[in-house]
Amino acid sequence: MAILVTDRTPVIVQGISGRIGQFHAADMIRYGTNVVGGVTPGKGGSQVLDRPVFNTVREAVAATGAEASLVFVPPPFAADAIMEAADAGIRTAVCVTDGIPSQDMMKVKRFLRRYPEDRKMRLVGPNCAGVISPGQGFLGIMPPHIYMAGRVGIVGRSGTLGYEAASQMKALGIGVSTSVGIGGDPINGSSFKDILALFEADPDTDAVMMIGEIGGPQEAEAAAWVRDHMTKPVVAYIAGLSAPKGRKMGHAGAIISAFGESAQEKVEILSAAGITVAPNPSAMGETVARVLSLRAAA
Amino acid sequence: MDIHEYQAKEILARFGVPVPRGGLAYSPEQAGYRARELGGNAWVVKAQIHSGGRGAAGGVKLCCSEDEVREFASTLFGRQLVTRQTDAAGKGVYRVWVEGASDIAQELYLGFVLDRTSERIMIVASAHGGMEIEDLAATDPTSLKRMTIDPAVGLSEFQARELAFGLGLKAGQVAQMVTILRACYRAYRDLDATMVEINPLVITGAGELVALDAKMSFDTNALFRRPEIHELRDRSQEDPRESTAGDYGLAYVGLDGDIGCIINGAGLAMATMDMIKLAGGEPANFLDIGGGASPERVVRAFRTVLADRNVSVILVNIFAGINRCDWVAEGVVQAYREVGLTLPVVVRLAGTNVEEGKRILEGSGLPLITADTLAEAADRAVAARAKLAA
Repeated sequence: MAILVTDRTPVIVQGISGRIGQFHAADMIRYGTNVVGGVTPGKGGSQVLDRPVFNTVREAVAATGAEASLVFVPPPFAADAIMEAADAGIRTAVCVTDGIPSQDMMKVKRFLRRYPEDRKMRLVGPNCAGVISPGQGFLGIMPPHIYMAGRVGIVGRSGTLGYEAASQMKALGIGVSTSVGIGGDPINGSSFKDILALFEADPDTDAVMMIGEIGGPQEAEAAAWVRDHMTKPVVAYIAGLSAPKGRKMGHAGAIISAFGESAQEKVEILSAAGITVAPNPSAMGETVARVLSLRAAA
Repeated sequence: MDIHEYQAKEILARFGVPVPRGGLAYSPEQAGYRARELGGNAWVVKAQIHSGGRGAAGGVKLCCSEDEVREFASTLFGRQLVTRQTDAAGKGVYRVWVEGASDIAQELYLGFVLDRTSERIMIVASAHGGMEIEDLAATDPTSLKRMTIDPAVGLSEFQARELAFGLGLKAGQVAQMVTILRACYRAYRDLDATMVEINPLVITGAGELVALDAKMSFDTNALFRRPEIHELRDRSQEDPRESTAGDYGLAYVGLDGDIGCIINGAGLAMATMDMIKLAGGEPANFLDIGGGASPERVVRAFRTVLADRNVSVILVNIFAGINRCDWVAEGVVQAYREVGLTLPVVVRLAGTNVEEGKRILEGSGLPLITADTLAEAADRAVAARAKLAA
């Protein structure tokens, strides 16, 4: 099953004609992702990677039945592309674009709320590595071979730190059901809590590795949700124990600007909610292994 | 991106916020001339740097004669002003703002920020202004009034009125406050700001509301559509290493340690710094080389890290997805040749094209220390540093 993307999910790529969009779309197809077409305004009627290209997402959905979209559109136009996907009936959009203005994302979030629950689009990202269900398919820019298929979910802000976790787990023989990058921006489509809820409901996921960082309220919100609603074990790591206050650490959202936003404070909040926190970033895999074996023994 | 107080005041005034009359000076003589031009018998002379806490640091003074204005300004120009918000080096004063002194009856606090919980613009206000918001939150949290704004509707008059009455303002001042709130909101929204702060917003003896100080920051991701804001960038207020690195697509933050870091991805960079600390070392910097880094960009990263004279060991940690290990490896080899590296370099490569990358490093014959895991890399960097010290 996995979450968000399986081997059957029909996927389109918005921005498929661009150099980068085409490169990653080819990678996704090689891996077995069910890519059914692409969208580039003005390039409708052409073919890229033997897939049809459409002028609008609406046309692409009508012709291919696409359910998911990977948005590879430059920052000035990305918010518009996301809203186009939502309006055309796409169910899951993953946006990789880094550098979308905050107020554009504010508008996107407000826009997504206008649809009734049963046709509301789920957005993952922006500024993220994407979503992969190992052995089935992926939407994003990750190196797919580092993931082994299995039953632990991964959700994290950072792409590379997600790779790090997946490879540590693979080295210990632990596979991944789905890995989701929620991105490093201050306003994102899906929060930790949103993705944890999907993993909780997924029969093919036994436990979740959650990778947070300094800045913002989403780890604390997730901690409260895990404490009150989650039955599956959650392991966490928070990056930035050595990050100074008030300095932006690469990600637009990675900045300590309020109480509860430092790594130390987040670790305390997560631990208090019953989440096992890995003591350091090279112990993510072994902490997951320990929690899984404890659960098996229980 | 930050701007100066006087620039924020000019912008806010354009949107309808009352500010004191003032003038900008680039020299002590000009400061004296500005005082004469403004008239009156008392002026406030304010150092223009991108930092709060200027008053306590001696960057602001009430002066009662033209001579005093000139004299105080002459102590400011060229000085590095160290406030509690700057680092030990402080920020250079190259511009001074002179304005007519105001008659203050009450000081309020007014701020507009991006609230990450509601994902909306939030107003934070208090009837007790003048001190920093952090201190206010710590000492007088109940005085803080908060309100979020629906982006589809904007700031409604009723909301602004509610806030103004909530601050205990008198009927005559409520209308002024509503105007100021709506002006600040429009400035925030129309110019892609990330922060607007008026602290203090004063009520004068005559009952007028005036913005005595003003601060604005802007969303760097939106500068492509705000050229008039982009022009206000003042590189003299930035850390030269950080802004030069930024020009080359590198996210760099200088820190106090001596292990230089070259990493891809913000999360992995922070995690590597954490790992160095845990192994008993101190990171010299945060550096994210970004995606699709060419060998040239990797060489630039080496130059950036080496510009910090405290650096004694360099740790390269790459988990390539959108990057390529072979390009990074070529960059490391080039850096050795071009920069004349003599420091120990620890390299850990993983992900896309890792085998090719490792082959390039091995074939180079360079005295590199390699590592396979994150923990190994941090341990080896700290050990290499200890060996140097011994």
